[in-house]
Amino acid sequence: METITKMIVINSSKLLPSDVAIKLYESKADVMVKETCFGVMVSGEREIVDSLLLDIRKLDPYGIFIKERGFAPGEPYRCRATRRGGSRPGFHNLENEDKLLPHIASALKALDRGEIPILKKQTKKLDIDKFKEIIKESEVIK
Amino acid sequence: MKVFIYPTNSLILYDLVERFGHEPLAIMQEIGKKVRKQGLDSPPMNMTPEDPKFGLKYAAVEVPSGVRGRMSLFDPLLSKAEAAIIVTEPVISFGCMGCARTNELVNFLLRGKKIPLLRLDYPNTEEDAKIFVYKISEFLKSLKPSEDKK
Repeated sequence: METITKMIVINSSKLLPSDVAIKLYESKADVMVKETCFGVMVSGEREIVDSLLLDIRKLDPYGIFIKERGFAPGEPYRCRATRRGGSRPGFHNLENEDKLLPHIASALKALDRGEIPILKKQTKKLDIDKFKEIIKESEVIK
Repeated sequence: MKVFIYPTNSLILYDLVERFGHEPLAIMQEIGKKVRKQGLDSPPMNMTPEDPKFGLKYAAVEVPSGVRGRMSLFDPLLSKAEAAIIVTEPVISFGCMGCARTNELVNFLLRGKKIPLLRLDYPNTEEDAKIFVYKISEFLKSLKPSEDKK
């Protein structure tokens, strides 16, 4: 059996990490739960964690984002409590993507409504011959 | 279907691929396997001197060991990949956090694999995000559904 850790990143106006943590405790599943500022980390057997998070996602399908994490919660080589503070490696990408999550959430809502976005037309580069013509036209005749 | 994601630690891509019923291939899985092994020889990532040797499959011996070590981590993911989603020029790959040569090599190998490939830019606005999610959903729908996880 493989033990994995998954991160639940919450970007919701109606759900707090503590709500998710309580739901996880209520399930009485054999997992380790750690509440963090951005969400919750769950560690346990792959089958148990996957099926548990499938239910947790239903709490707010557009506000919960899940990814796997290599290190277990509180890993001494990663946890900043044992590394004299500072952000842990991997936080920077999470911080960067966290800014996009509201946009992704609204895009998922639009997708479920059946909206098809208008694809942008890619602007073509200026043709070299046309560019030469423009230069010729703009030349000042002495 | 097993879908390789780039950036390989992306939360958005991992979540979207899993949400649309496929299996994401991310670097965290490989790191997890390394650090969960019995006996940690070389913390924090447990990259031992043996790992750059596995990277020789992709890069010559004069290539920096950092590239070869990273390639040894990417190797199982690349060999399993049946499709790929690539976000071009992600912020995470800029500066010392990313290894430009490894990223170029990974992108090159993916293009050479002749697997279904989707190339996108990170969205900056809500409209861009709608296009981003729509393109990913259409791409993933066009793939065969994922087999049951073992």
